Amino acid sequence: MGKTISEKILTLHSAKEAKASYLVLAEVDLLMGHDWNTPLTIQVLKEMGVENIFDPKKAIFVVDHAVPSPNERISAMQKETEDFARRQGVFLYLSGQGICHQLLPEQGHVLPGMVVVGCDSHTTTYGALNAFAVGVGSTDLAAALASGQIWLKVPQTIKVNLRGRLPQGVCAKDLILDIIRRVTAEGANYMALEFSGDGVAHLSMDGRLTISNMSVEMGAKAALFETDSKTREWLSKRTSRDFEAISPDPDAQYAWVWEWNLSAIVPQVAMPHNVDNAVPVSEIAGTRIHQGILGTCTNGRLEDLRAAAQILRGKKIFPDFRLIVVPASRQVLIEALREGILEILLQSGAVVIPPGCGPCHGASNGVPRDGENIISTANRNFKGRMGNNKASIYLASPATVAASALEGKIVDPRQYLE
Amino acid sequence: MDFKGRAHILGDDINTDYIIASKYRSMGLDFKGMAKHLLEDFDPKIAGSIRKGDFLVAGRNFGCGSSREFAPRVIQEAGISAILALSYARIFYRNALNIGLYLLECNTKGIESGDLIEIDLKCWMARDLTQNLSIPITPVPSFMIQILNDGGLVPHFKKWGEFHIIEGDSL
Repeated sequence: MGKTISEKILTLHSAKEAKASYLVLAEVDLLMGHDWNTPLTIQVLKEMGVENIFDPKKAIFVVDHAVPSPNERISAMQKETEDFARRQGVFLYLSGQGICHQLLPEQGHVLPGMVVVGCDSHTTTYGALNAFAVGVGSTDLAAALASGQIWLKVPQTIKVNLRGRLPQGVCAKDLILDIIRRVTAEGANYMALEFSGDGVAHLSMDGRLTISNMSVEMGAKAALFETDSKTREWLSKRTSRDFEAISPDPDAQYAWVWEWNLSAIVPQVAMPHNVDNAVPVSEIAGTRIHQGILGTCTNGRLEDLRAAAQILRGKKIFPDFRLIVVPASRQVLIEALREGILEILLQSGAVVIPPGCGPCHGASNGVPRDGENIISTANRNFKGRMGNNKASIYLASPATVAASALEGKIVDPRQYLE
Repeated sequence: MDFKGRAHILGDDINTDYIIASKYRSMGLDFKGMAKHLLEDFDPKIAGSIRKGDFLVAGRNFGCGSSREFAPRVIQEAGISAILALSYARIFYRNALNIGLYLLECNTKGIESGDLIEIDLKCWMARDLTQNLSIPITPVPSFMIQILNDGGLVPHFKKWGEFHIIEGDSL
């Protein structure tokens, strides 16, 4: 009987054959921790009596969740994370270098076929590179750092057949919001997703990373793409290491097969206070918006900033509107500078803040005021998520956020691209 | 281990941001202090009404969202003995298991706010003593029971020196 991508990767990393619903103890290739969750991991390792982690070369720590630090307590947490990494010999990305979910793929750490365990729910992002990447909490990270292994229930897989091509002005973000609204916030709970079909070839690597990033918002354990020519070209600029691309067997068993026609997707907006509460933009166009967030680990890549700049070029954002731009990494920031994107954004009236997670989870840089509506390219709109439970968050694509910034209300971006 | 306490009713899709907002991360690892803010953005009155041994009773997809392990730790520090829900998000489920917090899957639809609940883990049964209801609980796989009985993953590791699980078991 054939195997899915997840079953193949987990079989290659376990002593026993990995079939859906089996329990395996998988060898981990790459472990990720960040300043928000790692201090608890360090405490758990102490409680376990573990002095040295299994293999420091397989671990990467990132200081990204509130950068630069907004208060003394967070400064202490970041110091603790950095001190531990230096003591153990763990590779460290410092404040301002970028968001973990951008840095690990961008800097060539993630390869097809890997098992990656990250102490963050959006670790699913790396599935865009044909890796089995799964999010865990601090104690699971501690156990994996100590042993080099993780227990996993081999997930069943949903095949998502993507057909056709996204229309002009419609982004990968709109596609994933459309999928989540149709299947709900637990539509893929405990399952792996495999994105497949002729539509994949038309999606950029930036777009695929957005899709895998947000797949956890429907509960997915992993969200994998196959390796194709775009993956190989993207990786060739980032690493010279060899890898083995993993494809599913033709007779692999899927729990479900979902069909999605990309050419029929329209811009989506997730309304407060749930990600699956999305509607086509036309249904809520005109809603007053006070602040926009362009960036984050979901949509802070070059393609995203470019899409916004295309709409904002030569224009000014709405008076008293606040547009906050948070690039996913320093490299993205530098590339945006070189391409002239940054100047377009700044001339339009945007505020550019350092690469990091701050505004998305209410830790720094951009906490909304009481009663305000925010439109954001981030991945969550739960009440209070941005640090104020008296504000409402709408989620949308970079193009929709840019167009909405111009008018101070929710706008269909396609009217600016005709 | 058996439990008895009052039910606090929550809805579907209770996310970890609601359970404990990220802004309280500045409190470091003071989970007891954070427990005063448990579920604050969802319902600011809940935290003050919890007594030791009580249950959180929810619908579908409890614990969705962020991987923050503070969420189950703050619930545990608040005095909650176990959670009853129709289903759980996967990272939250693992995090709770790892700290020895019981997450019980059962049909919670008939349970009302303030009901006195008793859990019998030998029979995998929740009893709503207020309404005289017996609700079957989905049994937890044996290796997870082992981790829960050991008191969480840290004591489990200390006791066995490794993951004490049998690969190839079907879950």
